[in-house]
Amino acid sequence: MDQHQHVAIILPHPDDEAFGCSGTILQFREKNIPVTYLCGTLGEMGRNMGNPTFANRETLSEFRKKELQDACEALDIDLQMLGYRDKTLEFEDRDEVASHLKGILDDIQPSLVITFYPGHAVHPDHDAMGAAAIEAVRRFDEENRPEVWAKAISHNRREVLGEPDIVKDVADYFDGKMKAIEAHRSQAEGMMSQFRKSPELQELNSEGQKLLRYEEFYKWDFTK
Amino acid sequence: MEMIQIDKVQEALDHLANKDVYVHLETTNGAYASHFNSNAYNVGAFIRNAKVRYKHAKIVGSETFRIGLKMDHGWVYAEGLTQWEVDDKGRLIMAGHDAEGRLMVALEISETPFEN
Repeated sequence: MDQHQHVAIILPHPDDEAFGCSGTILQFREKNIPVTYLCGTLGEMGRNMGNPTFANRETLSEFRKKELQDACEALDIDLQMLGYRDKTLEFEDRDEVASHLKGILDDIQPSLVITFYPGHAVHPDHDAMGAAAIEAVRRFDEENRPEVWAKAISHNRREVLGEPDIVKDVADYFDGKMKAIEAHRSQAEGMMSQFRKSPELQELNSEGQKLLRYEEFYKWDFTK
Repeated sequence: MEMIQIDKVQEALDHLANKDVYVHLETTNGAYASHFNSNAYNVGAFIRNAKVRYKHAKIVGSETFRIGLKMDHGWVYAEGLTQWEVDDKGRLIMAGHDAEGRLMVALEISETPFEN
């Protein structure tokens, strides 16, 4: 991974980066590799309003924007907000979203793009963002095309896709990862604070902990 | 937001009657419902900035509340509302949440459009 000059993360929701790949991000940042997060939406339609609730449907996006900025500061990465609305990405014109992304990628010239694996990313926004990101990267000339690491989270990913190409044990970055997750206060607060404080709960949640500890990616094959 | 006080919400609903208003109506069990529970399946619907005019509105219930807005042609209905506020823009915001604070239903009425 030392050879990467710039990494672009393309995911739709504030907190997707924290849960999905913040350990990997911290590893890149430790090597001084610049990372830019292209965040699709502000999670305007999220269900978590804090517990007890401190946001409502209309104020949630302000909270999530601030949380996103805080998380990016904790991870020491650049942020570009793409301005789409939560839950509607799959209904946007994919070519237009891909063109939008391609314009930004042309500017930042990443050597690696991390996004969701379309069809294996569970949330419709995840699938749509991943598909648009991969389409944007496909439009590069082969010699200038960044590598794509796609994140699959479907239950049947191993059956269908096989073993992931990249598995990162991010145990050494776990504190930093937790800080990024906790920055997304409206989303993470309830579960994660308990998770962190209670050893018993940590035991109970060992499956969940494994998901957080190992960040897995499939390398996208553009020849297929 | 605060727990719904039926008289106050009725007053706010009456205040918005017979005017062109914008409605946000939503219900959801989340995009991960079936991911975490194979017996569940995802349902959700929202409409944002529907422009309506209702001639009469009523809130009914005790711990959780139902609201119906009667229009010349048809109805707007929401069930499961527990919290409310009139925000600094004068918008009537109401919602119902599960025990973990996750939104399950929202009904919002405003004289000006909600941001896209």
